[in-house]
Amino acid sequence: MSGATKVDKTSKWLEDRLPVWRGVAEKLGAVERGRHADPDDVIKVIAAYPEIARDLAVARREAPRGPLTRRLEQIYLELHRSIFRPPSRWRQDLAALFVRDAAEIAGSLRWHIVWVTALFFASASGGAWLINQYPDLVGLFASEAMIEQVQSGRLWTEGLLSVVPSSLLAVQIFTNNIIVALFALVVGIFYGLGTAYIIGMNGLMLGAIFSYTAQHGLAERLFEFVAAHGFVELSVIMVAGACGVSLGEALARPGRETRVQAFQRASMRAAKLMVVCCTFLVGAGLIEGYISPNPSYSLPIRLCVGLGYLALFIIVLSGALGRLPRPAD
Amino acid sequence: MDGTLKIPSVTGIDVELRIAGPGGRSYAFVIDWHIRVLVALAWIIASAFVYFGSVNAFASLEPSQSDFVLVIGLPAAALYFLYHPVLEVLMRGRTPGKRMAGVRIVKRDGGVPGIGPLLVRNLFRLVDSLPFFYFLGLAATMLTKQSVRIGDIAAGTLLVYDDPDAGTFDDAPSSGGIERLGLERAELVRDLLGRWPELRPESRAALARRLLERQGPVPDELGDDALRAKLEQLLR
Repeated sequence: MSGATKVDKTSKWLEDRLPVWRGVAEKLGAVERGRHADPDDVIKVIAAYPEIARDLAVARREAPRGPLTRRLEQIYLELHRSIFRPPSRWRQDLAALFVRDAAEIAGSLRWHIVWVTALFFASASGGAWLINQYPDLVGLFASEAMIEQVQSGRLWTEGLLSVVPSSLLAVQIFTNNIIVALFALVVGIFYGLGTAYIIGMNGLMLGAIFSYTAQHGLAERLFEFVAAHGFVELSVIMVAGACGVSLGEALARPGRETRVQAFQRASMRAAKLMVVCCTFLVGAGLIEGYISPNPSYSLPIRLCVGLGYLALFIIVLSGALGRLPRPAD
Repeated sequence: MDGTLKIPSVTGIDVELRIAGPGGRSYAFVIDWHIRVLVALAWIIASAFVYFGSVNAFASLEPSQSDFVLVIGLPAAALYFLYHPVLEVLMRGRTPGKRMAGVRIVKRDGGVPGIGPLLVRNLFRLVDSLPFFYFLGLAATMLTKQSVRIGDIAAGTLLVYDDPDAGTFDDAPSSGGIERLGLERAELVRDLLGRWPELRPESRAALARRLLERQGPVPDELGDDALRAKLEQLLR
């Protein structure tokens, strides 16, 4: 082919294709921006994908690193992303998470949950024994102010609502609990040791505080305070700990997968379960802000709320919600 | 050193994306950090004016006061801490800082990450920021082949350059330009003109002369503007 003919052909090709590329770029923008894109535009965008691929191949041959090739590459990449992107179904995915997926994940982590719970209670027993034997060590687990209040026969939780309103208390509590739960999960990356440390320390602290309040005849009142919110709060921490341990296990024993693959799978699984758990922590925070510090609620009411909420948590994590008959059945 | 991510396609035409290194990542992070600090500060000042009447109200407030926490502290903290997860989901793997730095988050197949991977990526900021100033995350980006932090490893994401200078088709070479130069050289001229403001005057003059000399002799006395005008003329 002579040079002049080649130039003519290139010039003609560019002249023909430029309006097509501009049109595709415009339609792609409209399809990406609007949730209710015109179906004709969508079909045209899909049909343009192989055409743009062919044009890109030509452009790469004629002007390998030019702005035109780069722009075509960008359009091609955007088309690729748009066409092969999974459909956005976040509402259905969220519903499926609560009804089915969370239960599946929790089921796959049942032994992790058992071990973490055992570690927690072993640590709590250790903390209780330690303070029972050496009460002076309570300073390791509680602040000066808390110790003074307990020694004077009062719990630090009494009169809480006269200092902080319920709304603020609830927000502060669930924010703090969510951070603790997420932290217990992510430090599992240190081969599970970080999680084990956090669970162990929390258990040790809880056991120690209960033991110290028992020594001053306040354990029942402390139980009364935690009865409404504590069951779910502790359960969520156990589940978060189990997720953290599973991260560590994925790194230590990846099985047939590579470590990165196993870690990614464990992280995604844990994150899904934590969405459900954090939702329950928000509820537990509201209970702790509105019901737990309010002396007008008796122990039976608190136990009803606490055990009822725990039953709901177990229903979700056991998959019973997904087994309920549907209205159409 | 920046690596590349090859994106295979069913058409057989693959595209390569440049992976952003620690420098590109840090640049985007610093811009985002300034934006979220400024937004949080703006909230604090604006809410103090609206709710308390003046910024001086701070003087009489204790941080533990519920009004302070609910109206000022919590929303400001939410703006600061939820900036990345919320904007990355809404802007499909970008944030204002990433956009300015010309980078975006993609999945390992080059696609736009969904809500799940973006949330996992942000969840692991808790570890990446340990023990202070994102030390662990920064160390991970320096030590890993694809310059990823722990959150990216967990979520299966990467930070890539988004080719911000790809431009539009509006200034494509004319048929006259192609006849004079051929498509490849016309594109070279266009590329040089596109980068003109970024190049040092002596470098762009040397490049311009080399391109113009293929069409004929170039007088020595031609200055910066004249060289640019000559290049633009070639494309018409």
